[in-house]
Amino acid sequence: MTKKSSDLSRRSLLKGTAAATAATAVAPSIFVPNATAAGAFRNDPGNSSTVTLGFNVPQTGAYADEGADELRAFKLAVKHLNGEGDGGMMQTMQPMNLKGNGILGKKVEFVTGDTQTKSDAARASAKRMIEKDGVIMFSGGSSSGVAIAVQSLAQEMGTVFMAGLTHSNDTTGKDRRRYGFRHFFNAHMSGASLAPVLEAEYGRDRQVYHLTADYTWGWSQQESIAKFTKSQAGWNTVADVRTPVGAGDFSQYITPILNSGADVLVLNHYGKDMVNSLTQAIQFGLRDKQVNGKDFQIVVPLFSRLMAQGAGENIKGILGSTAWNWKLSDAGSQAFTKAFGQEYGFPPSQAAHTCYCQTLLYADAVERAGTFNPEQVIRALEDHEFDGMGNGKTLYRGSDHQAFKDVLVVRGNQNPSSQFDLLEVQDIVPRDKVTYSEDTYPGDLGPYKV
Amino acid sequence: MDAILLQVLNGLDKGGAYALIALGLTLIFGTLGVVNFAHGALFMLGAFCAVTIREVLTLSVKVKDESVTFFEAFKEVPYLELWLGETGKTIIDWSVPISILFAIPFMLMVGLVMERGLIRHFYRRPHADQILVTFGLAIVIQEIVKAYYGANPIPQPSPELLSGTANVGAFFGLGDNLVYPLWRLVYLGFALVIIAIVFAFLQFTTFGMVVRAGMADRETVQLLGINITKRFSIVFGLAAVVAGLAGLMYTPVLPPDYHMGMDFLVLSFVVVVVGGMGSLPGAVLAGFLLGILQSFASMNEVKQIIPGLDQIIIYLVAMIVLLVRPRGLMGRKGVMED
Repeated sequence: MTKKSSDLSRRSLLKGTAAATAATAVAPSIFVPNATAAGAFRNDPGNSSTVTLGFNVPQTGAYADEGADELRAFKLAVKHLNGEGDGGMMQTMQPMNLKGNGILGKKVEFVTGDTQTKSDAARASAKRMIEKDGVIMFSGGSSSGVAIAVQSLAQEMGTVFMAGLTHSNDTTGKDRRRYGFRHFFNAHMSGASLAPVLEAEYGRDRQVYHLTADYTWGWSQQESIAKFTKSQAGWNTVADVRTPVGAGDFSQYITPILNSGADVLVLNHYGKDMVNSLTQAIQFGLRDKQVNGKDFQIVVPLFSRLMAQGAGENIKGILGSTAWNWKLSDAGSQAFTKAFGQEYGFPPSQAAHTCYCQTLLYADAVERAGTFNPEQVIRALEDHEFDGMGNGKTLYRGSDHQAFKDVLVVRGNQNPSSQFDLLEVQDIVPRDKVTYSEDTYPGDLGPYKV
Repeated sequence: MDAILLQVLNGLDKGGAYALIALGLTLIFGTLGVVNFAHGALFMLGAFCAVTIREVLTLSVKVKDESVTFFEAFKEVPYLELWLGETGKTIIDWSVPISILFAIPFMLMVGLVMERGLIRHFYRRPHADQILVTFGLAIVIQEIVKAYYGANPIPQPSPELLSGTANVGAFFGLGDNLVYPLWRLVYLGFALVIIAIVFAFLQFTTFGMVVRAGMADRETVQLLGINITKRFSIVFGLAAVVAGLAGLMYTPVLPPDYHMGMDFLVLSFVVVVVGGMGSLPGAVLAGFLLGILQSFASMNEVKQIIPGLDQIIIYLVAMIVLLVRPRGLMGRKGVMED
């Protein structure tokens, strides 16, 4: 028995030694947190000569045109990052660490996905990009509902998401995430920039009727516009009526306005809904009315040039806010408009602008961090201040991942000089006027390490 | 009282569109026995007839905006305005009604090609196959339109003469402050006229009589030596014309986009079911009824009591009607019942 026992013991010793040696060799990358494992991250391009980005935009559905414009901007950004074309904003952005040789010397490639402007489809598409296509970052989208949904996926998967067009305060408020960044402005900024202009144009003590798209963005915008017009100009909210997204015919929501005592209608609608509700509000003669001894006014807090095209004549004279306009004369805007215009034959939209900027900002952050490791890239983006990208000096605030920059108040152009000249810039509201404190919209970014 | 009158008008207006689509759906179902999910696409194609004609009428000289150097930006001056002055402007202004002249033959042709080219192969197939093929066809038509015209709505103004508001308050003796968009009243009148024409056509013409006989008993009519198939093909074409005109005249109310047909289609099917499968008067009645109910359910006073009622009212009514009258309001025995 003893001998047997001794044999076993010797074999065990040999096996044990072999296992221990193997374990020692493998251990650093599995069990030891702060050794080489610390550098491991999802979709690390490693020694590959290329790196893949994911562009998740609405290619079908109501926002397909906006999505197509975002995709054009992404493709242009990739071209510029890879050293092709005239470089666009890479000539103007400051600080600038991009070299025109891809990102960290790796050629940039991309895959695309279709969000369909549906949260579940957008998440599925983003997941496919991360898991199957191995993207290191993904971007795009044209809805706050979608942005919030994919942003939480970004956090779960540990992949950076550079949001496209999303305007709800929640995106960088209660639903903010460490792995999500928003360059686009938000409803709070629309309210803060519009209210003084509305007071100057339409006077104090107005009675306001809100028609509001019934989802996170609509609620958020209504709240912000009501808050700022109240505090700035003493405007009182008569009613806030929630309308379903994609209602088509808004006549049943518009007729109650006629006898509501309101003298201002705020349309918290975007895209097709805004085109339809504005067209129908004007058909019902609202702009020809006089109520409370004042001319009835219509306000569209969030404008885009693509929407203005759809609204046609009805947009003329209407005030709203927008993130960016191709007619801006600063060097960054001109460089981007030139590059985009020469590539595609028409000017970029605000959605295209934000997507182009997001791609360059991510790439620049990677260069500054010297690694694709998302944790380091996030730290490089947080509290990063830059200029030369079309909205003056801009701060990517670290505490909520919201970009703070100048905001444009625009008016539907009465006498357009061309088919693209649909919005005239009424005022450029400086960044400090639209900046708010960190605790205005509380939320939790979550951890760096996931 | 004012609010009620306005909501009734809203409901009638919307109901007019529902009724016209449902009328076409019922005609096709009653004659050919086909559940046509591409009918919404026909509504949309009619709307795009207006878009196309306006594009043709506004073919323009392009005056370049010299201040823009990075791409071609220009102001457009239509040839018609240059050549005919005020007359040219008036022709462009009336582009929506003018496009009816183009839409009638175009939609008739689309209907005939659709029926002869595709749908006739599915007459003897189960309803599920018919639904799949017509739904697929609708998506194909949508995507073709989107590829050419984009996804954004394209505004179509009504003629200036008909684009203001009408003082309906004075008409009903309710004061001068009650106004309603003139074009919506025009649309309501147009819908009623089209419905009357369809009914008159079926009631007072030999062709209509044969079609009605065919709807009631196809085999007997065929045994009498009448080529009912040919007549039913024409009925399909006529249903396409009705749907197309409904869409075309709706463009000043709702700027058309490639998806507008699908938005109306589902509701129109509910209208057909509530009205009673195969019943033309039922389709019209249910169209107006559901339009009015939907408008009332959207009133603030109603929504305060039952939030979200405007979203479900049509389906709620459909459920109740089908529970109480399983064949719909005016449904006939034996239709879609094996």
